[in-house]
Amino acid sequence: MGLLSRRATCNTHGQDSSYFLGWQEYKKNPYNEVNNPNGIIQMGLAENQLCLDLLEPWLMKNPDALGLKRDGIFIFKELALFQDYNGFPAFKRALVDFMGEIRGNKVSFDPNHVVLTAGATSANETLMFCLADQGDAFLLPTPYYPGFDRDLRWRTGVEIVPIHCTSSNGFKVTLPAIEQAYRQAQKRKLRVKGVLITNPSNPLGTTMARDELYLLINFIEDKQIHLISDEIYAGTVFTSPSFVSVMEVLKDRNLDQTQVWERVHIVYSLSKDLGLPGFRVGAIYSNDPVVVSAAIKMSSFGLVSSQTQYLLSAMLFDKKFTKEYMSENHKRLQKQQKDLVSGLEKAGIRCLDSNAGLFCWVDMRHLLKSNTFEAEMELWQKIVYHVKINISPGSSCHCIEPGWFRVCFANMLESTLKLAIQRLKSFVSSIAMKSQSHQELKSLRRKARNNWVSRLSLQSFYDREQDTTTEPH
Amino acid sequence: MAIEIEQPRVGLSKVAVSKTHGEDSPYFAGWKAYDENPYHETSNQSGVIQMGLAENQVSFDLLEKYLEEHSEASSWGKGAPGFRENALFQDYHGLKSFRQAMASFMEQIRGGRAKFDPDRIVLTAGATAANELLTFILADPGDALLIPTPYYPGFDRDLRWRTGVNIVPIHCDSSNNFQITPEAMEAAYQSAESMNLKVRGILITNPSNPLGATIQRSALEQILDFAVNKNIHLVSDEIYSGSTFSSSEFISIAEILETRGYKDAERVHIVYSLSKDLGLPGFRVGTIYSYNDQVVTTARRMSSFTLISSQTQHLLACMLSNKEFSENYIKTNRERLSKRYDMIIKGLKKAGIECLKGNAGLFCWMNLSPLLEKPTRESELALWKVILNEVKLNISPGSSCHCSEPGWFRVCFANMSEQTLEIALERIRKFMEQRKRN
Repeated sequence: MGLLSRRATCNTHGQDSSYFLGWQEYKKNPYNEVNNPNGIIQMGLAENQLCLDLLEPWLMKNPDALGLKRDGIFIFKELALFQDYNGFPAFKRALVDFMGEIRGNKVSFDPNHVVLTAGATSANETLMFCLADQGDAFLLPTPYYPGFDRDLRWRTGVEIVPIHCTSSNGFKVTLPAIEQAYRQAQKRKLRVKGVLITNPSNPLGTTMARDELYLLINFIEDKQIHLISDEIYAGTVFTSPSFVSVMEVLKDRNLDQTQVWERVHIVYSLSKDLGLPGFRVGAIYSNDPVVVSAAIKMSSFGLVSSQTQYLLSAMLFDKKFTKEYMSENHKRLQKQQKDLVSGLEKAGIRCLDSNAGLFCWVDMRHLLKSNTFEAEMELWQKIVYHVKINISPGSSCHCIEPGWFRVCFANMLESTLKLAIQRLKSFVSSIAMKSQSHQELKSLRRKARNNWVSRLSLQSFYDREQDTTTEPH
Repeated sequence: MAIEIEQPRVGLSKVAVSKTHGEDSPYFAGWKAYDENPYHETSNQSGVIQMGLAENQVSFDLLEKYLEEHSEASSWGKGAPGFRENALFQDYHGLKSFRQAMASFMEQIRGGRAKFDPDRIVLTAGATAANELLTFILADPGDALLIPTPYYPGFDRDLRWRTGVNIVPIHCDSSNNFQITPEAMEAAYQSAESMNLKVRGILITNPSNPLGATIQRSALEQILDFAVNKNIHLVSDEIYSGSTFSSSEFISIAEILETRGYKDAERVHIVYSLSKDLGLPGFRVGTIYSYNDQVVTTARRMSSFTLISSQTQHLLACMLSNKEFSENYIKTNRERLSKRYDMIIKGLKKAGIECLKGNAGLFCWMNLSPLLEKPTRESELALWKVILNEVKLNISPGSSCHCSEPGWFRVCFANMSEQTLEIALERIRKFMEQRKRN
């Protein structure tokens, strides 16, 4: 039988990563309050399930939007036939208004610059196809969303070169780090076509500071390359500092209408902010008409269902509803995040200070047997299989410091979160006890040896014992 | 619709600036003319009638009736209890209930002569995505797929643009009603070899677009034998299978495999969609059905880039699992399309125009070669322009479908009311009379 393509047989789909393996384990034994209270709690899935109860009453009050009617009359035929890749005009208008609202209306977006795609997954891949050739590279700050390895590289043949960020400065992007990444790419003979940032960051849960954005804009201006800002978590910023979009920074610096303006592209989606990942609603926003034109044609391979466009155009046009929704969304996210952070603190575990996202970036370095990724994997396996919580190890996000984990909090009830924290607390105590009893045992052994040695009083014996007491722990 | 790029802009990919999207073809230029001056029954009676768009508009009333009577399909029931779960559902396996409904629908279309396993169904946002996805999986950049001509103009973009794969045509002509022959397949294979292109598969559309005819059993056997012989894949795009005028006349590659005890099945992949049979192109519902486990697994993963909205999956799962509805729909749809086909064939005959004998699809393959000044592509395009600008009909010239014989045109008949079709036929009659006089 004819073989499959190289793309089909390689593993750039990334499904062998621990990120996905954890999900598989969860699926085999999923926690359920009633049916399976000892199952694995899923904290490796960045979903926003906190506000779906707000959407349900809206749907009941707007039966036309769901029922494919306008003023009570069926427009089913019109929708069923609508496959124009330019997208439902009403939906694009509603979407750009919503995007503007999220950014405090400090920037406004033009619906003609929007390309609709079946989710941000599709948007990111499409942008790669438009901006880079096979063998080119994009620079990405680490840690980054594990899915990028597949989304940006698999079918496009584009490479990712990491911009390494560390805890020394809260994982912020620095000029030396960007330049180092650029040099790395050149060493590997890769042509760098751009930088891709996720702002707010996944997995960090933080928004980028203005000076970071300035840094990046200066860099892409200097190197004449693109900047993609994946802003799918823009609506999850629940506390200060408020969200600053790269578009806002460009406007502030009077860079709109310049060349660099056309090299900055935004990716958006309703999967995180509205909690509707199943509906597959993503968008590319670009000020370069050639990119828009090419991306629109490519969107043929992943259009948004017209049924869904119609429903969401009605929803997003209801500005009163969206305002209330976003405000409540922020409140609930903030509370759940606070619960997680304080709960972990009581277990002696700290988190990176965060103001956005559906997850925390958790510091478990002190729980590692050694400062290595092997130790991180060992800890992760314990947490998945014994503590029964699926979390994402930093190595799956390409973090260069072992011991960090992404822990999601927005995809569960308060009670489940409490249980997860309880399990972690017990786990940490058990490690502490093991370590303590190990220490006590060692101290007893040392006393016994000392007595014996003092009875024999031979210096050479004591020297030998000293060697054996210096094992790592 | 054609974009103007004078020179490649700095900073974009080769793919972005290439013309492989194919939108400069007359296939799309005709649409432009229609968009600028669309016919309307009351407000623009002298406008261009769109006969270049293969859409099925003859059975909407059946769908609307179902939705009126089953509001739970579009609203997840009273109080929307299923909404939450549905809105969160982004599993690339797809809704099980929907896959089951699709498998059963595909079986019904084939009169139960083939069985489909729901776990072999991979969902994609339309057949456009399914065809591209299969190409990514079955071929490497620079490889080739063999495709019988004439073929759907969109393939030039769908199969080649981002994949970097080449299409090598298998030339078919009117001497044998455009049937695919072993000689033609062999010639195409040799042609690919001589260009140093590695052939990875053969892709057929059955029923054929633009011919509007099903492929005969003997030809299907020969095509499968050819694929086995050359050790390549066989993709059968069966998106018009539910639009065959008579159920017994369509033979799916699945039936051929069934009779062969599924030997050699792991090289066969079927593409299906609800855009043509159910008339729902806006909902983006396509599928890949593969007998090859590795293809199914890989396609499923790749479908992440092109998932079907769970809202839409839910609606169609309800609709298609209603056997009473689906059986009635398939039967009624076939009858109405058959009636339309008879109407257009009679009308064209009255005007002195012959068509290829068809038995499926939303269009007929019309022979205007007697009207050409010279048997050339240029003459065909000149005639096409006259029909577009003077007769005010948008039809698709055979050259846009890579037909090797000039003078053939694809004419769609299912995307308009019967009255509009009468008017179109009247315009054609007048045009032909005028030409006779001149």
